[in-house]
Amino acid sequence: MSSVNIQTEKKFSLQTFFFQWEWLLLLIFVMINIINAHLSPYYLNTFTLLDATMGFLDKAFIALPMAFVIIFGDIDISVGSTVALSSVVMAVLYNAGVPMYLAMLACLSVGLICGFINGILIVKFKELSAIIVTLSTMILYRGIAYIILENQAAGGFPQWFSFLGWGYIKGIPFILALFAVTALVFAFLLHKTTFGRKVYAIGNNAVASRFSGVKVDKMKVIVFTLTGFMTAVASLFLTSKMGSTRPNIASGYELDAIAMVVLGGVSTSGGKGRMIGVILSIFIVGLLRYGLGLINVSSQIVLIIIGLLLIVSVMISSLNIRMGKSKE
Amino acid sequence: MKKLFVGILCLVMMISFAGTSAAAQTAGRYALIVKSAGNPYNENEMKGFAKAIKEIGGTAILKAPAEPTAEAQIMMIEQLIAQRVDAIAIAGNDPDALQPALTKAMKRGIKVLSLDSAVNPQSRMVHVNQADSEKIGRSLIQGIYEMIGGEGQIAILSATSQAANQNTWIEWMKKELKKEKYNKVELVKVAYGDDLRDKSVSETEALLKSYPNLRGIIAPTTVGIAAAGKVLSDKELKGKVELTGLGLPSEMAEYITNGICDWMYLWNPIDIGYLAGYTAHALVNGEITGKVGDTFTAGDLGKKEVIAVGGGTEIMLGAPFKFDAGNIDEWKEVY
Amino acid sequence: MAENKSKTVLNRGSVQKIRELGLLGFIVILSVFIQCRNPSFLTAENLNDLITNTAILSLLSVGMMMVIITRGIDLSIGATLALSGMITAMTVRSHPALSPFLALLLGTTIGLLCGIVIGFLVAKTSILPIIATLGMMNVFRGMTFLISGGRWVSAHQMSSSFKHIATGSIFGVNHLILIAIITYLIFYYFINHTRTGRKIYAVGSNPQSARISGINVDRTLWLVYAIMGALTGLSGVLWVSKFASAQSNTAMGYEMNVIAACVVGGVSIAGGTGKVSGLLSGVLLLGILNNALPLLNVSPFWQDAIQGGIILLAVIVGALVRRNTDKKNLIGREE
Repeated sequence: MSSVNIQTEKKFSLQTFFFQWEWLLLLIFVMINIINAHLSPYYLNTFTLLDATMGFLDKAFIALPMAFVIIFGDIDISVGSTVALSSVVMAVLYNAGVPMYLAMLACLSVGLICGFINGILIVKFKELSAIIVTLSTMILYRGIAYIILENQAAGGFPQWFSFLGWGYIKGIPFILALFAVTALVFAFLLHKTTFGRKVYAIGNNAVASRFSGVKVDKMKVIVFTLTGFMTAVASLFLTSKMGSTRPNIASGYELDAIAMVVLGGVSTSGGKGRMIGVILSIFIVGLLRYGLGLINVSSQIVLIIIGLLLIVSVMISSLNIRMGKSKE
Repeated sequence: MKKLFVGILCLVMMISFAGTSAAAQTAGRYALIVKSAGNPYNENEMKGFAKAIKEIGGTAILKAPAEPTAEAQIMMIEQLIAQRVDAIAIAGNDPDALQPALTKAMKRGIKVLSLDSAVNPQSRMVHVNQADSEKIGRSLIQGIYEMIGGEGQIAILSATSQAANQNTWIEWMKKELKKEKYNKVELVKVAYGDDLRDKSVSETEALLKSYPNLRGIIAPTTVGIAAAGKVLSDKELKGKVELTGLGLPSEMAEYITNGICDWMYLWNPIDIGYLAGYTAHALVNGEITGKVGDTFTAGDLGKKEVIAVGGGTEIMLGAPFKFDAGNIDEWKEVY
Repeated sequence: MAENKSKTVLNRGSVQKIRELGLLGFIVILSVFIQCRNPSFLTAENLNDLITNTAILSLLSVGMMMVIITRGIDLSIGATLALSGMITAMTVRSHPALSPFLALLLGTTIGLLCGIVIGFLVAKTSILPIIATLGMMNVFRGMTFLISGGRWVSAHQMSSSFKHIATGSIFGVNHLILIAIITYLIFYYFINHTRTGRKIYAVGSNPQSARISGINVDRTLWLVYAIMGALTGLSGVLWVSKFASAQSNTAMGYEMNVIAACVVGGVSIAGGTGKVSGLLSGVLLLGILNNALPLLNVSPFWQDAIQGGIILLAVIVGALVRRNTDKKNLIGREE
């Protein structure tokens, strides 16, 4: 009755599983909002709620492509370091006199390159799984950021740059608006295109999909490069939020992003998961943290609650599978 | 389905239970954000802050992120803005990165002050300084000079290379070393133990091996100085390599008693929190505005004045306290 | 089929050997290079320090190797280590007369309990190991914070017999090293020469056929996580005793070092492969890096990049060597 079993028999319970899973997430989401509103007089307020999203959405940009990676059955733990490296490069270039928009472009390119290197290493050395490659590059990328900036902070960005992390468009935070668009694009990409179907195919059975003509290596490089790129986008937002940067920023972002994806119903054994689940879980984790913060629960208890939420929700989903099975 | 409901019910109960710690709504809510949770130094800062706020009659909101990062503190600042607190006191994990968040708080009418580890002058109204950085740096060099008998190689074991406090103190140490008096004292290396026990131990061991003639180590950080104390005790280098720096008396009691470290300095974290509490109160009721020359009474600590320091203003707690074999026993249980 | 299988094992064995030799060669070259830069590297004292400092990492790696062989991973060990270390230290603080053996037993039991919980989640509720351990990491870490109440247990609060666990030695060999050697002997025998040990490989290489051939997969998984927990608990006591301090953020992120040691040592994340001898060279490489980087006097800002580069190089070289031998043996092992 372990994960192995599910892998082989998942075909017939797939539909019911997803149906229940996303409803469950929605239920949790609603519950959390009700509880938060009940416990804190400051919570249920459009302005507060919109503001709250600014706090956690930077990581969400990483979670979207991370879902693709995890559907493959791979993982990318170098994203936190990629955030730091791309941010540091941008700041250094800007302070060296490069125009801001070019520096931002450089930031995105660095992310792209970091992701590309991960992808190439992973497909060229299949014996090494993604976790090993990205574990090494995690240390390496962070190390390069340290070499570049040493113990300095760099900042002094132009005023308009702070708009990314702090600005509003017609009362809606810019980051929320952009995230909504990006999330739609990713959902479309995964569920409505051949690209998305190939992602699932590879996640279900890489060897079989290779025989049926899917260019597995190319797909993997594309997805890891995309992850690097989106990580750099997150880096832009985080840097804008902090107004300056250091080589030690965004530590632990990888685990936060992975937790969001996994809670969203994407399985690390590959092949299953949907975007809507990921998006819901991003807001669940974010608003739960925010709500607990509003009632000033100590961070230790928040740690425990998030940990239990992760386990309990995944456990419920696997119980559902079993119930489905026993009915068959 | 039953199990599902039981699961959710548990969650609800847990959260409601956790929620009982939420503060009651009274006039005057003062928030303190320390660097991280689970550190006795920070816990004592919170204790002092709570004590001051209690004396004032307000409500204290104490926050500590699980990890010492600026990102976590930004989130907490936003949560406090949403709660419309009256004042935020913060021990910054990064001097610059909190500026946008703290400026936003000030724009919403919240009084902002930093304590212990300063944020830059643009993002605060006033800073509560535990002790003069210059004095700390200089007295550490003077201390090690005396311990090693005026000549020999010394090294510094710091926390992370990013820690602003540490770097300022190290700068002042280097300035003090330029004096002619220290001609025979050579600073051979600044090592970084990242405030991790294992790394601090490795770095200390490497210092001892790379510089066999090393005479003294200055570690201006609790984890570093305790790790160095442990290594010097284990290798029985008492009297051969001297140790001083800044550390918690509870952590250092062992090594001060056994003579590895003759003396070290620290200020009282309870007092810093206490002073920050009164400063926040003075800012909120308009007694001070954070301008040079403002004065107010800070409870048991008496009258305090706002002074100008490097582009900003601050309030000084006093000189660092010297801990040695004579007084360590009375302090080791306190903090 | 049985014949086929034994052939594969044989070939894989020789591949492992070549890989290990390659890694050993790499370590020798690295050591020579370090020795040229700093002659104190290959001295008895430094080698003793190196092995002592690596002992805890090596204990954890044995457990992690078994977990990874079963296609799992354990991210919670840093938190489990802190929890068992903290509880043991607090017990020692309130009962100074507690015998060191009981302290070790207590810590190991706490770790074992943590491991049993994780084993239950992984084996019985089909939660993937990475999620179960990620979640429990948060829970254990949070519990450590809560139990300690933010206070540390300092050197002066620990009995000297407790601190002696890590500093003492028998016939000139440090206890930590002895414990590591004994553990390796036990697990070398356990993994290679007992039925249960072989079952771990069977479960890792092909869980379905393992199940069909009558192996209780769930029980094997449970056992593996319980062993990992017990070793982590033991390491927690050793850690606290070695550094004479228990903090709630002890060993945060240490799991990454352990996983790195395993993958460098040739344990494949895909499951089913990994040997104690290979693991030892992986642990050795990481130990040398931690010991030598401070000795080389490289800028602290370069240390991360060098460490990451060397790990990447080591795994790539290992992969290339394996690929070469694979070709020679005409075994096309896909994925």
